[in-house]
Amino acid sequence: MQNKVRKLFQQNETYIFLIIFALTILIQARSGQFYTPNNIVDIMSAMIVPGLFAVGAFLVILSGGIDVSFPALASLTAFATTKFLLDINYQGSVLVPILMAIIIGAALGAVNGIFAGLLNLPAMIVTLGTSSVFKGIMQGTLQSKQLAVIPKGMKQFGRRALFTAANKSNGLSSSLPVAFLVLVVVAALTFFVLKFTMFGRGVYAIGGNENAAYNAGFKVKKTKFLLYVFTGIVASIAGIIRVCMMQQCHPTNMLGMEMNIIAGVVLGGTAIVGGKGTMTGCMLGTLLIVLVENSLILIGVPVIWKDVFVGVLIVVGTAVSAYQAEKTGHRKRRGHEVKEAS
Amino acid sequence: MSEYLFRAIDIHKYFAGVRALDGVSLEIKPGEIHCLAGENGCGKSTLIKIISGVYQRDSGIIEFEGEQLKKITPIDAIKRGIQVIYQDFSIFPNLTVMENLAINSQLVENKRLVNWKHMRETARTAIERIGFKVDLDVTLGTLSVAEKQMVAICRALMFNAKLIIMDEPTTALTKKEVKALFKVILQLKEQGISILFVSHKLDEVFEISERFTVFRSGKLIATGNTKELDDKKFSYYMTGREFEVRSFVPDKLSEKPILEVDNLSLPGSFEKISFSVKGGEILGITGLLDSGRTELALALFGIHPAKEGEIRIHGRAVKISSPQKAIQNKIGFVPEDRLSEGLFLPQSIGDNIIISEIDHLKKSGIMDKKKCRDEILHWVKEMAIATPDPENAASTLSGGNQQRVVLAKWLACSPDILILNGPTVGVDIGSKHDIHGILQELANKGMAIIIISDDLPEVIENCSRLLILKGGKESGKMSTHEITEKMILDKMM
Repeated sequence: MQNKVRKLFQQNETYIFLIIFALTILIQARSGQFYTPNNIVDIMSAMIVPGLFAVGAFLVILSGGIDVSFPALASLTAFATTKFLLDINYQGSVLVPILMAIIIGAALGAVNGIFAGLLNLPAMIVTLGTSSVFKGIMQGTLQSKQLAVIPKGMKQFGRRALFTAANKSNGLSSSLPVAFLVLVVVAALTFFVLKFTMFGRGVYAIGGNENAAYNAGFKVKKTKFLLYVFTGIVASIAGIIRVCMMQQCHPTNMLGMEMNIIAGVVLGGTAIVGGKGTMTGCMLGTLLIVLVENSLILIGVPVIWKDVFVGVLIVVGTAVSAYQAEKTGHRKRRGHEVKEAS
Repeated sequence: MSEYLFRAIDIHKYFAGVRALDGVSLEIKPGEIHCLAGENGCGKSTLIKIISGVYQRDSGIIEFEGEQLKKITPIDAIKRGIQVIYQDFSIFPNLTVMENLAINSQLVENKRLVNWKHMRETARTAIERIGFKVDLDVTLGTLSVAEKQMVAICRALMFNAKLIIMDEPTTALTKKEVKALFKVILQLKEQGISILFVSHKLDEVFEISERFTVFRSGKLIATGNTKELDDKKFSYYMTGREFEVRSFVPDKLSEKPILEVDNLSLPGSFEKISFSVKGGEILGITGLLDSGRTELALALFGIHPAKEGEIRIHGRAVKISSPQKAIQNKIGFVPEDRLSEGLFLPQSIGDNIIISEIDHLKKSGIMDKKKCRDEILHWVKEMAIATPDPENAASTLSGGNQQRVVLAKWLACSPDILILNGPTVGVDIGSKHDIHGILQELANKGMAIIIISDDLPEVIENCSRLLILKGGKESGKMSTHEITEKMILDKMM
C-alpha cells in the first residue's frame, strides 16, 4: 500500500491532477461558479476539439517525432468537406462528412508520413512546411472564406446533446454535444492500443531508441508513417466536429492552436524527445490548458492576461519536469557498481 | 552436421563503391568463445551487421548449423538463434527492465497484443538463467552500464540463442564489472552457447577466448588458437606494425614541482588528496570507477572546484574556480568522454584544433585567416592526424585521430600542465601507441603530465609515479619501477 502511494507520487499525472484540483478550488472559492453543473459541462465540451488534437500530437511526440501541421490540416479538411457538401447540396446525415474527413485527413496525414516517417526527414521542418502548404491550398486554391451555412446533417449533429445541465441559481444551462463521445472513443482506443498492443509498445520503443527498435524487429518506418496518418484522421474529425459545434465554418480560427496543444501534452508528462508519456497525462495536461483558457475569466482575470497565464504555466510546468529529470540524471551519474551477477 | 556452428566464407561488401569487406571468412565452433579483433574500420562491425541481417552481403556464403542462408533479416537471425549485443546494447532506456527483456520475444512470436502477465514471466525466466538480480519494474535508463549490459545479455538468451555476438562489450565497464561479465560468458559457454567476442583489447582476448580471428582493412589477416598467440603477434596482426614497449623514464626533471596539491577535498567525491608533479614527469592517478579519480580531474581543471585544500602552481597558491582560470594557469585538460566534452563533432577538425587559442589568432579583433590555417596545418602534421582535409568534420575521424585533435587543441595553447582523463579509451592499438609516444615526448620537453586511467598497463608503461585512489581517499603512492598489476590492484580493491 505504502509502495503504491509512493509510486503515485513519482508520477507526473498525480501532480497535474493536484494542480488542476487546486486551480478548480481556487476558481470555486473566488467565483462560486466552477463546480456548477453547467460550467462542468461547458468545460467538457470545450475539451472535445483540443482533446482530439492532443491525442494525435501526443502519439507523434511519443514516437520521437512532432507534428505542428494538424490545425492547418484540420482546417483544410473541414473547409473542403463542408464546401463540397454545400456545393452538391448534400442533405444526409453527419456520417458522410465524417467519412470524407477521414479520407482527406488520411491522405494529408500520409503526406507528412511519407516525408517524416518513410523518408525520415526532420519532422519539425516537414510539418512546418506541410502546414503552410495546407493553409495555402485552403486559402489559395479553394478560395476559403467563412461559410455561415453548413449542411443540415452537420448542423443537427452539432446541436444534438447527450444531456443538458442547468444551473438553478442563475438559470444558465449548457448541453454536452454527442461529439463528446467521439473524444471518449478515440481516447479509449488510443489508451488500449498503447498499453495492450505490440504496435503501441512499438511507439514507445521507437521513441526511446529508434535503432534498437529496428534491431528488435519493429517496423519502424511503417509505424511512424501510420502515426502521421492517424494524426491526420483524428485532427480532421476534430475539424469537422468544430464546424458542427460552431454551426458555421470559419476556416482560420483553428490555426495557431498547435502550440497550446503541444504544451498541454508536454505538461501532461510526455517527454518532448519521445518515449515517455501516458494517455492519462496527455488528457490531464490538455484539461489544464483548457481550464486556464476558459475559466480564468471566472476569477476576474481579464481575457488579455490569458496568454500570460498559459505561458507561465508552460514554462513552470516544463521546467519542473526538466529539473526532476536533471536530478535523477545526477543520481544516475554517481556511478554505482554492478551488483555481482553470480 | 559440420564441425562448425557458423561459417562465413569469402564475404564481400561495398558501400557506395568503397570496399568494406574484401573476402573475409569466419568460422565458429559450437560452444566456443571466439574473439574477432581488428582496429576501428577493419570491417568487423560490418560483418556483424551482415550476420545479424542489418546489412546484406554483396557476395559470399554464410552457413549456420550446416544450412546455407541466402538473405538474412534481423528477425530471421533472431529466430535461428543468432543474437547480437551491440555496443549501445540496443535497449530502450524509457521502458522498464521487464519490457526490455520481453519485448523481443513478443515480436518474434508475432504477438499483436500485449499480455503483461506473460511478459513478466518471460522476463523473470530470462534473468534467472544467469542469476542476475534486478528489479523488473525499474526504468532501464536508471541502471548502471554494467547492469544494462546484463539486461541485454539476458534478453539475448531468451530465444534459444546458439551464437551470441558481443560487440566490444567491455568498453564502458570497470575492472570488477569485466570480471563479472567474463564469469557470465563462461557460464554461457557451459550451456553450449558459442560466443563471438569482438574486442581490440589484448589482455581480454587472451583471458577469455579459445580461438581468434583478426581483420585488417576489410581483409582476413589471421585466425587460429589463442594459445599460439602472443602480444607481439597480436599487435602485428591488428596494425601491420611492430611495436616496442617503451617504458617511460623521465629524462630530466625540473628542480621544483610545477604543480603541488595539498589536502584537496571535495566532500562526497574525494578527501585530503596531496601530490606534486615536476616538469618532465608523468604522474599516474588510478582507481576504480567510484574512487573519485574523475572528480579529482574535474576539480584540478576547475569544472567542479574542490572545497578545501590548496593548489600551488610554480610555488604560487592559485584558486582554480573555473576552466577559464585553469587555462590562464596553463593547465590543459583532455576529458574522459572526448565525444561530448572534448570535441565539437560537427565542426571542422581545424576549428577544433584552434578553439582554445582563438584569442591569439586575431588581428585587430578579426580572425586572422592565414594565421589560423598555418596553425591548423602545423598541428595536423605534427600530430599526424589522418585526414584528407582539415575542413572535414571532426566526427569523420576515428577514435584515435579524434584524440589527437583534442591533444593538439591543448598543445596549441602550450600548457605547463596537461591532465588527461582516460587518454586512450576506445582508441585502437596503433593510435594508442602513438599517443603514448607523444605524451612521453612532451614530458621530456619539460611538461608536467597527469594521466588518469584504470588501464593498468597504460599507467605502468607511461608514468614514472602512481597515485592510487580508493573510495575518494589515497590508498597508496608508488614508483612504477618494477611494479606489477597485481600490486596496484591490491591497493585499488
